[in-house]
Amino acid sequence: MSLTAILGLGQTALELALFNALTVLALFLSYSMLNVCDLSTDGCFALGAAVGAVVAIAGHPWLSIPAAMGAGMLSGLVTAVLQTRMGVNSLLAGIIVNTGLYSVNIWIMGGSSLLNMNKTRTVFSLLKDALKDTPMGAQHTLIIGGVAVTAVIVFLSLFLRTKLGLAIRATGDNPDMVRSSSINPVFTTTVGLCISNAFTALSGCLLAQSQKSVTVDIGSGMVTVALASLLIGGVFLGRRSIPLRAVGAVLGAFVFRLVYTVALRFNLPAFMLKLISSVIVVIAISGPYLKKQLPLIRRQFGARLRREAR
Amino acid sequence: MLRLENVSKTFYPGTSDARVALNDVTLNVARGDFVSIIGANGAGKSTLFNAICGSFFVDSGRVLLDDVDVTMVPEFRRARSIGRLFQDPMRGSAPGMSIEENLVLAAGRGGWLSTAAKKERQAFRDRLALLNMGLEDRMKQPVGLLSGGQRQALTLMMATLSMPKILLLDEHTAALDPGTAEKVLDLTTRIVAENGLTCLMITHNMQSALDLGNRTIMMDAGRIVFDTTGPERSVLTVQDLLEKFRQASGKKLDNDRMLLA
Repeated sequence: MSLTAILGLGQTALELALFNALTVLALFLSYSMLNVCDLSTDGCFALGAAVGAVVAIAGHPWLSIPAAMGAGMLSGLVTAVLQTRMGVNSLLAGIIVNTGLYSVNIWIMGGSSLLNMNKTRTVFSLLKDALKDTPMGAQHTLIIGGVAVTAVIVFLSLFLRTKLGLAIRATGDNPDMVRSSSINPVFTTTVGLCISNAFTALSGCLLAQSQKSVTVDIGSGMVTVALASLLIGGVFLGRRSIPLRAVGAVLGAFVFRLVYTVALRFNLPAFMLKLISSVIVVIAISGPYLKKQLPLIRRQFGARLRREAR
Repeated sequence: MLRLENVSKTFYPGTSDARVALNDVTLNVARGDFVSIIGANGAGKSTLFNAICGSFFVDSGRVLLDDVDVTMVPEFRRARSIGRLFQDPMRGSAPGMSIEENLVLAAGRGGWLSTAAKKERQAFRDRLALLNMGLEDRMKQPVGLLSGGQRQALTLMMATLSMPKILLLDEHTAALDPGTAEKVLDLTTRIVAENGLTCLMITHNMQSALDLGNRTIMMDAGRIVFDTTGPERSVLTVQDLLEKFRQASGKKLDNDRMLLA
């Protein structure tokens, strides 16, 4: 393989990692901070992609970004209301919204499960045209992905230092304490989920526009992929300050893409991606648990061996 | 300051498990009062606190804070004027957040999007230094690294930071070792006295129930069965209290923890 091919492969991996990193950062807020496993992520990702595509096709490429984020917020609001006000279990609330979003997304895409943006002006094509005669010409995808990821990291770093941000963190960290404090957990959960889903939708919107098409299942498996990236990131920068942990989450997205790209080089078929991500999540979550259990398992096993020896 | 009028609460009403936790309780606490509350397990002491805080809504009766009827006000809104400590030291602070972040949250100053100013952070340091636990030099460390006693002292600081109208202590030293418990109790009386706080304290220690504060009430089966203050209280002994309990409830107080304490 030639050097340019490797570089090209690396750049594509980097670009995809940047778009996924936005979802990873969304889960950083909902999963790591708020301690809510938001299973509506897949549907919300596709929702952002669909809304962004429809608005871009209608001729408003820049408007597509706030529109997608707004739609994501709305989806987060529904998930939050279900689990805080209507007695639906938080996991179930995510699953319900995810299922409902499938129909909503097709409806948004005008009854079709596929939209094509080949001739559509997107934020990427706009930047590509603007950079045509500069040395940065081919980097428009990287630039947009990079700017979006940086903006979200900066936002999260600042936001999580505010009183509202601290209240959201406390809600996930010690629900008992929050329940008997002046923080309203309904409010903090709602705000947290709205913001995180806005980022998830942004993630879908940018990915769809960069690949110039959107299918209704563009987000399928996203929650596992993002969770895997988040947990990988936690291995590097888990016990640090909030900004570093956010950077770690993005780093996790890169490492995940790298593992995936390498796996593909070993002729692993592309459809194995989801299985790989599932395995990574299992290892990352159960690894520390099993490590703690290991001495006990050893003793149980030893006792059994001794019993059988008699 | 705090007034409960004919407050009743039944758990699991209408079932065979129905349990009257508060039975027509009326209580008046004046500003600056320090009331110690004793009673056997299940007497309704913690339920009384829950009713005051709004952890549940009472079945009947009224709860008034500073002459404002808060009977139907949700817990988080009442929490501004009520500081509360539980027996479990882990319950009052967020372990994954730093000491400073916990204090910023507890102080409750400024709008939702405000951050703590340098001056405010310095004020936290100064107040923490009063605890004599060296916590002021560990502001950036996560609270999860502190010992139970340190965490309870921090929780006490957090609960009193926003100058609550009333402080509720639910056996807040019971889970600590004797030395630490004494230290936290000293700290409690000092903070309450310095800030002139109104305070209700549940305790299983009959002696400290008599030593601390200016009023003692005894609960049994969801009712206040004995209420003493002033000169009458100052001559009471632990033996007298046990006798009062026998008279009031018609049975002997068979609680080892209470007798041994």
